[in-house]
Amino acid sequence: MSTAVERAPASALAGSEPVGIAGIGLGVLAFWLALPPVHSRTVALPAVVGAAAIACGAWAVAGGRRRLGWAAVAAGVIGIAGAVLATHASVSHLQAVITWSTILAATLVFATPLTYAAIGGMFSERSGVVNIGLEGMMLMGAFFGAYGADKTGSWVAGVLIGMASGAALALVHAFFAIHLRADQIVGGTAVNFLALGITGYLYVDIYGNNGTPDNLPAIPDVHLGWLGSIPPHSLGSFLDEVLGSQNLMVWLSFVLLVVAYIVMFRTPLGLHIRSVGEHPRAADTVGISVYGVRYASVVTSGALAALGGAYLSIGFVNSFTENMTAGRGFIALAALIFGKWRPFGAFAAALLFGFSSAFAPQLQNVDAWSTYGTLFEALPYVLTLIAVAGVIGRSIPPAAIGRPYQKQ
Amino acid sequence: MTDDELDPDLEDVVAEERVEELDSEPEARSGADYAPSVAERLAFYQRAGGIVTPILTALLAFFVGGLVVLATTGKNPLATYRAIFDGTGLNWLFPWVSGTERSLAALNLQQTLLIATPLILTGLAVAFAFRCGMFNIGGNGQYIVGAITAVWIGSSLNGLPGWLHILVAVVAAAVAGGMWAGIAGFLKASIGAHEVITTIMLNWIAVWVGSYLVGFGGPLQDKAQISAPVTKSVAPDAHLPVFWGSAVLQGLHVGFFIAIGALAVYWIMINRTTLGYEVRAVGFNPEAARYGGISVARNYFLAMAISGAFAGLAGSMDILGWQFHLDLTTVQISSIGFTGIAVALLGRNTAVGTFLAGILFAALLNGTSTRNLDPSVFKPELAGNLTRIIQGLVVLFVGADLLILYLWQWRRKLRLGRPRAVTGQ
Repeated sequence: MSTAVERAPASALAGSEPVGIAGIGLGVLAFWLALPPVHSRTVALPAVVGAAAIACGAWAVAGGRRRLGWAAVAAGVIGIAGAVLATHASVSHLQAVITWSTILAATLVFATPLTYAAIGGMFSERSGVVNIGLEGMMLMGAFFGAYGADKTGSWVAGVLIGMASGAALALVHAFFAIHLRADQIVGGTAVNFLALGITGYLYVDIYGNNGTPDNLPAIPDVHLGWLGSIPPHSLGSFLDEVLGSQNLMVWLSFVLLVVAYIVMFRTPLGLHIRSVGEHPRAADTVGISVYGVRYASVVTSGALAALGGAYLSIGFVNSFTENMTAGRGFIALAALIFGKWRPFGAFAAALLFGFSSAFAPQLQNVDAWSTYGTLFEALPYVLTLIAVAGVIGRSIPPAAIGRPYQKQ
Repeated sequence: MTDDELDPDLEDVVAEERVEELDSEPEARSGADYAPSVAERLAFYQRAGGIVTPILTALLAFFVGGLVVLATTGKNPLATYRAIFDGTGLNWLFPWVSGTERSLAALNLQQTLLIATPLILTGLAVAFAFRCGMFNIGGNGQYIVGAITAVWIGSSLNGLPGWLHILVAVVAAAVAGGMWAGIAGFLKASIGAHEVITTIMLNWIAVWVGSYLVGFGGPLQDKAQISAPVTKSVAPDAHLPVFWGSAVLQGLHVGFFIAIGALAVYWIMINRTTLGYEVRAVGFNPEAARYGGISVARNYFLAMAISGAFAGLAGSMDILGWQFHLDLTTVQISSIGFTGIAVALLGRNTAVGTFLAGILFAALLNGTSTRNLDPSVFKPELAGNLTRIIQGLVVLFVGADLLILYLWQWRRKLRLGRPRAVTGQ
């Protein structure tokens, strides 16, 4: 009964956590009400919903969930502000920019490579090896995926060759980080330079000025025609537009997500990885091979990041260009940190970043707003900076991250 | 803790002497049953790492790069490197080069030093933070912020006299770069946010905000040419004066001396000021520094801000020295800040080392440019990527002193092993 007594003060405001989460939801809803298809043209309705969000936030803060509460308050304020802006914009502009099905479909497309790389990064970092070389490993996957698909005529072989190349680069990183006890950030930087040089060199050497051939074998899309027949018709066609013809790799990323979660948090192997990342000496003492686990984790991270890269080259754009990952490995790293080194957290962050990538080009549809598209691209990084700064719940890395382990 | 213990510069000098001293040992003492203790050897290898590692690193990287050339194109790597070397203009330093060859070499050397100027400065940006125990990956963002500030001030404020205009633009760019990096320093100092993550984020924020400012319809885009994403040009009186070569042919501007001046400032600041002492103490061991009464947070912030100022300065040198305007592509693909990492690492964060490494990488970049490299010897597009591979290898090997020390140890074992085998008989 003592636990009930201790909890008593907190339960004075019952359920502050769900209320806080509901507050964030209401804040988003307040903004959404002023956008197509609902199109509230007066501020009144969003303002009421936003005020409710702020109230929920205040309730949560009073109940002791300070960060969540303040997030809900912020969501309410931003929701009302966004709604005010939206009601001042012309309806035709809003309709040109906001087509939910297009935006959500594109969000999934942009989030997928980030998801693969972020999940890969999770394995490496959970085992205690910082991997800022994700960008380079993705780039290797993108080039060798395309090259392998071109040479073998099969996208499956392309994907496998791409993964192997990423794993090989990761092995270099692992060797320097684990055996040679080099600085892992320096090693990761080196790996990025190397990948840029190797892929650029081979691309120019093999494909020259012509670029990769147009008939590269591509990873197929999955067509789900039956989605369109789901009643009511508007919902069916909406689902069809969002999910009806996504790439196979998009669906595989969902599978990977679940598998990664189970492996990391529900199996002995995951426990080994996490213990090596939190307290290698203790793990060593109970007979876990610290080096072995770290090598396996880093190589896995390389293979997964390369899978994301291969999706870019032979799943998404069907060609390779020099430095085509263009910083996506770093965004994946940001997603990993934003998601607190957890698979679903990282996926949620990847979706958020994917959304901003999907939304930015939509702004091009209205001339007056087109310049803000590029500004919008900076949003994921600003959010990550805020997240790292500890405003939205502190991201705490694995305890032994970045520290080489020396056997005794 | 004395100043000397903290001073790797001094160790380098000591190491150099020790290397020469020890090199003669196997011959001199081969007859005696001399065997240095394990600790003695280890101490020596650690010190030898100071001067030997960078040289071995660079040689190893070029060697592997040569293997890549040989394996992929079947061409003689030495001939390729020779062609790259000729494009760098460094042959101007040889007294026997004369006539048209010499004037061509002079032109090439001007370009090499032109590229070296920002590389030295971004190298210092990385090196200064390193001395405080931080890894500033954000040199690129700080460079962009500096360049944007310089182009903005250089193309406005037209009433000012030339020298004042330059001064205001350069100082503003350094301050802007310092403030940009200062964000990361502040976050590290106040709540312990890791500077690698924050500077990576700040890099991309700088790229995208810069793209917005410079790009179509952006506030800094030149309204006179609405179809091009490029800023207005810097006023002619705000151009940095050219002191070697022709101003029309993009000769070498005085920014090169500013970079050398920055090296001197860096050396003095690190080695001869209280600030430098504190920065090094924090980098050496933050806990011990805190115990000694040094404010760790203050030094994190200051070191980061000063680092950013160097990178911002680099941006202003390029804008006021030879680019004179900023376009969208430059903002998005510039990688000078990243090359600065390789410069600082190879230069071991010392002033002289950064200078030499800056020249080396600038020479590589210039020697492999399409303008300078003879396509019949080696495709310049390939060579540009070869430069990146070499750059990556350099960073990789520098990061792993142990590898170089293993190799070094191995070499010495071979040499030391022989006399011992004889005495064992």
